[in-house]
Amino acid sequence: MPFLASFCRNQTPGLILRGPRGTERMRRDSLALGLMVAPAIAFLVAFFLLPLVLMLRTGASGPGGWATYLAILANDRYLASLWKTVALAASVTAATLVVSGVAGVFLARHRFRGRRLLTAFLTLPLAFPGVVIGFMVILLAGRQGVVGEATLALFGERVVFAYSLAGLFVGYLYFSIPRTVLTIMAAAEKLDPSLEEAARSLGATPLAVVRDVIMPGLKGPFIAAGAICFATAMGAFGTAFTLATRIDVLPMVIYAEFTVGANIAVAAALSFLLGAITWLVLAAARTAAGGTVAAAG
Amino acid sequence: MSSRRGLGFAAGLVFLGLVALFLIGPVVLSLLAGLTVNYQRGIIASGVTLAWVERVLDLYAHTIGLSVGIALATLGLALLLGVPVAYALARHPGRLARLAKEALVMPVAIPGIATGLALILAWGAVGGFRSHWTFILVGHVLFTLPFMVRSTLAVMLAVNLPTLEEAARSLGAGVAARFVTVVLPNAAPGILAGSLMVVTLSLGEFNMTLMLHTPFTMTLPVGLADSYASMRLEIGSAYTLVFLVLLIPLLVALQWVADRTAALGLRQ
Repeated sequence: MPFLASFCRNQTPGLILRGPRGTERMRRDSLALGLMVAPAIAFLVAFFLLPLVLMLRTGASGPGGWATYLAILANDRYLASLWKTVALAASVTAATLVVSGVAGVFLARHRFRGRRLLTAFLTLPLAFPGVVIGFMVILLAGRQGVVGEATLALFGERVVFAYSLAGLFVGYLYFSIPRTVLTIMAAAEKLDPSLEEAARSLGATPLAVVRDVIMPGLKGPFIAAGAICFATAMGAFGTAFTLATRIDVLPMVIYAEFTVGANIAVAAALSFLLGAITWLVLAAARTAAGGTVAAAG
Repeated sequence: MSSRRGLGFAAGLVFLGLVALFLIGPVVLSLLAGLTVNYQRGIIASGVTLAWVERVLDLYAHTIGLSVGIALATLGLALLLGVPVAYALARHPGRLARLAKEALVMPVAIPGIATGLALILAWGAVGGFRSHWTFILVGHVLFTLPFMVRSTLAVMLAVNLPTLEEAARSLGAGVAARFVTVVLPNAAPGILAGSLMVVTLSLGEFNMTLMLHTPFTMTLPVGLADSYASMRLEIGSAYTLVFLVLLIPLLVALQWVADRTAALGLRQ
């Protein structure tokens, strides 16, 4: 029972006397704590770890065997989809960090009327599902969208970009900003303003203050927020599904292989690859930035 | 402070306003579209109606009921499984606890479509599980559990649980009594925040649920995707309106609880 043993070892020093009754009570406590963790661990093993192992094996169950994992990396279509997804996720991450960085630092630095409401607006779409965001992109830039109406009225031409890569980009940016802006804001509040004061009094330009004082101070939160953003964008599915674009991001390819193609081995191998990428990105960011980093949605 | 507010401040405010417009504009747009008689002709020309919302309730009421049911069941399981784990992690922040935490967070680090496929491969052929709503429930619990653990754990660590418990223990309270009378009341703000997050995420979960659902177990977000693909724009909008009416109060409550908890942390 190494798990329970560690509970005993880490027992907080108590005020009570460590007599035989105390030791007995601590052993009971450890047992109780072990029992508290056990159901969640059992659930996780049965419905997550075991399925993942089975999926890894299913990936090798096709005619290609374990070589399927190499074959998908040599397949032009899958490789192109992978790169497209990575490029989209990376560019969304970069744009999000700029927007959320500016907004977060500004909100942390200034107190003004309406600040709370503005913050609430920026974080409201936090848990909107991708499907709904896809629909909002259609309302914005679809065939009946406001962008189209506006450009028709102004320039006599209807601009429609919802169903293209630009539409996906807008949708992904939409769900990424609320997820990152609070992280940056909280971190910017903790920065020491006297450092900036010192830099300014030494003659640093505002740009130099941002580059040499604020940016280095926010490096950890930027890495953490960026990793979440990237991983979420890699696995995002609902937005692309609603927009029904021909842009075959990796989750769409997996879905098509599973449902239309009934190519379960390839779908499993691609899923495993996608999961490995997002997990590694988040784990690497956690090592680099410290603290907990996890994606959502 | 205000003396330094010059052009930079104004520019920042304009930028922030544009970002807020980008995020809130489409929400308003979709709310209005669901109440418009004819979206093509516009709300002013064609008028306001609740007819589309009624159509949606006719067509998709079952998805709303199922989603609310699954969200509440998910909450129940997340509380039962998650709160004890948070407590154990708060009391014993050791190496094994870190490993356990890492394992718990994993389902969130992996895209829902991958987890969904893995669940189907492992459990899809077991009896009638695949076509039962509990199949979706399992996926939602996997995905939301880390959020319950995280927000409960954060508050438990902030309130200095060991000291409070030591006092109770010295008075003779066993682990169960301490858990109910000391731990739970003190962790309440974290549990509340976690609960709101779990219900919100479960109501909106799509990536995994699209894989897990069957024609008999269509949830609200899956129904939304269905209406976007096959119904006229007004019906999709009205359905989105119904969904947002459910979701937005939860999100507002979530912000309120987060603000209150943050204020609590500052006072201590």
